[in-house]
Amino acid sequence: MSTSMAPVALSIRDVRKNFGATEIIRGVTLDIAQGERHCIIGPNGAGKTTCFNLISGRFPITSGEIHLNGERIDQLPPHKINRMGLSRSFQITSIFHRLTVFENLRCALLWSRGYKYSFWHPLGTQKALNAEAERLLEDLNLHDRHNTEAGLLSYAEQRALEIGMTIAGGATVILLDEPTAGMSNTETDYAMALIRRVTEGKTLVMVEHDMKVVFDLADVITVLVYGQVIASGPPAEVRSSRAVQEAYLGALEE
Amino acid sequence: MRMRELIFALVVIVLALLLPWVFYDWAHNRHSGFMVSMLSQMGMMIILAVSYNMLLGQAGLFSLCHATFFGMGGYTTVHLLNAVGKEGVPIPMEVIPLLAGLAGLATAIVFGAMATKQRATAFAMITLGIGELMATAALMFHHFFGGEGGVSTDRMVDRSLFGLSYASGIQVYYLILVWTVIAIGLMYYLTMTPLGRMANATRDNFERAQFMGYDPRMVRFLQFSLAGFFAGIGGGLYAITYEIVTFDSLAGALSANALLMAYIGGTGVFGGPILGAILITVLQSGVSLLSNSWLVYVGVLFISMVMFAPAGLAGMIKAHGPVRRAGRMHALIVPYLRLVLPGLALVLGFVGVVELLSFYTIGAAQGKKLVLFGSPIDVKSAIPWVISFGSLIVGIVWMKFESAHFHRVWENLTVDLRPRR
Amino acid sequence: MEVFVISLLNGLVYGMLLFMLASGLTLIFSMMGVLNFAHASIYMLGAYFAYQVSVFLGFFPALIIAPILCGLIGAAIEVWGLRRVHHNGHIAELLFTFGLVFIIGRAVQMTWGMLPMPYRVPAILDFPLFSLYGANFPAYRAFMLLVSAGMLASTWLLLTKTRVGLIIQASLTHPGMVGALGHNVPVVFTTVFAGGCLLAGLAGVIGGNYQTTEPGMAEAMGPIVFVVVVFGGLGSLAGCFIASIIMGMIQTFAVVIDYSLADIVKPLGIVFSGDNLLTEILTVPVARIGALLPFVMMVAILFFRPRGLMGTRDT
Repeated sequence: MSTSMAPVALSIRDVRKNFGATEIIRGVTLDIAQGERHCIIGPNGAGKTTCFNLISGRFPITSGEIHLNGERIDQLPPHKINRMGLSRSFQITSIFHRLTVFENLRCALLWSRGYKYSFWHPLGTQKALNAEAERLLEDLNLHDRHNTEAGLLSYAEQRALEIGMTIAGGATVILLDEPTAGMSNTETDYAMALIRRVTEGKTLVMVEHDMKVVFDLADVITVLVYGQVIASGPPAEVRSSRAVQEAYLGALEE
Repeated sequence: MRMRELIFALVVIVLALLLPWVFYDWAHNRHSGFMVSMLSQMGMMIILAVSYNMLLGQAGLFSLCHATFFGMGGYTTVHLLNAVGKEGVPIPMEVIPLLAGLAGLATAIVFGAMATKQRATAFAMITLGIGELMATAALMFHHFFGGEGGVSTDRMVDRSLFGLSYASGIQVYYLILVWTVIAIGLMYYLTMTPLGRMANATRDNFERAQFMGYDPRMVRFLQFSLAGFFAGIGGGLYAITYEIVTFDSLAGALSANALLMAYIGGTGVFGGPILGAILITVLQSGVSLLSNSWLVYVGVLFISMVMFAPAGLAGMIKAHGPVRRAGRMHALIVPYLRLVLPGLALVLGFVGVVELLSFYTIGAAQGKKLVLFGSPIDVKSAIPWVISFGSLIVGIVWMKFESAHFHRVWENLTVDLRPRR
Repeated sequence: MEVFVISLLNGLVYGMLLFMLASGLTLIFSMMGVLNFAHASIYMLGAYFAYQVSVFLGFFPALIIAPILCGLIGAAIEVWGLRRVHHNGHIAELLFTFGLVFIIGRAVQMTWGMLPMPYRVPAILDFPLFSLYGANFPAYRAFMLLVSAGMLASTWLLLTKTRVGLIIQASLTHPGMVGALGHNVPVVFTTVFAGGCLLAGLAGVIGGNYQTTEPGMAEAMGPIVFVVVVFGGLGSLAGCFIASIIMGMIQTFAVVIDYSLADIVKPLGIVFSGDNLLTEILTVPVARIGALLPFVMMVAILFFRPRGLMGTRDT
């Protein structure tokens, strides 16, 4: 792939994170190019989700630097990072369970459409906004769930809704944390098709355990073991890496 | 659906306009003072409860200092009225509640900046501290708060946009009604704005809201401040009605009352707290005359709601929606009727025990006697105690049995009505 | 000087009393995430129970029996109440304990009436322990210090040196894991809740005759205990201890300070006069606004350290 020539969207420089005395992320350095589909894999406890939490500002980093499109973000709170064009999903479904599916998506649109904390716009009459939320519903194939409370959706539907909410704000860098976890094969296929479609042209960083999905989708794969990157590169390169086979794939295929 | 809500609201408003005349004393050509003052009280309590629900129900914030803003609105109003009356400051009466609201807003901005840094439990504790701070300060400082005696005023300041004197309760009632309708209308409008929706969103999941560009603290802060504004309006109406404001109007008990009204009415539905405010005000005006332990009943009602019906009265009514739309309400009639007898036994037994106990101790100290249907009851004899406890225990056991039955019927009925794919 | 020493001791006594209440609250909170609004109500129950038992059996049996009764009530509240509302979320739990305040408060009024109870210091402890320049220090206060220090030492030993304590400590941070290891987490929760209530009850027994046993005592104590917990930082026992002692000192020292804010700047030649709220606030002597100080302190610390003195978490 020629993406390596594209400008860097997300740059992580020697990031470390300690919880108490334990160092969970031990100096991770990564460059993710614009438009790249980047998968992070690694055994449980390798620090993949922690990495996401650090990038998205959920936890403060202990040392290092993170840049988004050239601007430093590692000292910013999550909402500011999001406003700069980075959005994420969670490993455990994170939606507004008491709002309807439509409201969930509309909320996800609000900030990027400039409504901010307005308490004077009546939402019902914002035609462009509502039309956009409707369009998203169609895209996610959730249109017949328009008025259903999000908490009552099936698991796969909730995951789809969360992906929709993640991309709704028009972020250019999307982090998805195990979007297909707990799904059946058909559901996974459906979800992956959805992800491909809605992240077209965006930078996608994904934590995933399903190797089939990873090698299908990724332009670049990064292998994280015990808080360190042991390999990073195109799928074929990673597949043949001795270090990876020993540390990870070997263990899987025994 | 929107149309139906509007019609319902209009019916309620017309009813509120007419009610004082239903109880008009034609023989003496005057209004029923009890009715008018109860309706007035209802108006301000509705504002207090609905504005409280902007926090508890809509934003998931358990606040314990809501009365602070109500009280600050009240104190501001008495000082304004005094300024208008004594110094001739030209502010018409009709506008004063708005200024009271601004006082509430200003107070809420100051305290909200501190309290809304936190959420959930910490928020509740901080607001408790703020409420206590203000109540204690009101008792201590004589300027502005008037110390223990409070500040009094005379509302007949003779400044009105419509030439009204506000000498009679009925004029004040209509002023309250207008302001209640305005306040409720605005609060309803707020629920349909981006802020209102994001308040719901941060209630459900503040982290998700964060990762959509919203600062949950800012959402909480704005919602808290606006709720303070409306509570201030309520306090202004209170001051105009009673012409005196004491520390009671910002004490913890009133904050707790706001919570009780909102919760019992139902926090999940916009109209719930209105229902709760009406119910509690009626109970307060009615039952508290009959029994001095009415707080026990409210407390027990509240705890039972928390345990068994967290959606409140309005939530219970709303839950019947799907059944009603499916035209199957008749299936519930018999199960409901079967709850009546055990319910009666339970309530009567409980009231019996509470009243006997209350007359045994507090009543005896005050020299009161328990009189039922005109005949005195000896609270020291065993029979009334045995009857009460018996009724209570039978009620509990029977109720357990019947409610299990009801639950089965309800489950069978609603399982077919759930949305499915 | 003598005023200083006596006030120091009194502050310590009151601070330890606060800490007995606040530590139970903190323990329950950090473990179950539940803030027990009814904690001060249990304290009140402890005092009333102690009075009732001491009428029949005397003070020292009451010292044992009343806290146990409170612990049992706590267990009942946890098993039949809190556990049921738990699945409705934290707000429901808060509301539940908040409702209990009402019910316990009224139940106490209905059972014992509105008037203060004649619950007095036992005769055997009712003598001045020592005199400093004519100011007496009652023996009962020394006894209070002894009881609270002893209780806290044994609680600390229980938590750090026994198996049960280790399980409790582990459940504080990893309830799921402790459950998976085969320990019965609900039982641990009940134990902790009951234990906290027992501590509150004991505080009630020794506090009931130190202050007054009357229906308003829960309302008077409750907010201060909450302030202590917020001030110290939610979930931190050490912070809670420091905050309790500070609050105890502040409350006792405030009574003897006859200066006002205006007096601080007086040497600079600034004098406040006039008849307005600002002047009143600035010229009121500290002794008169002692009751206000804890809340002012809380607001102040929240302004500078939103998590409290030693708090580690936000909620």
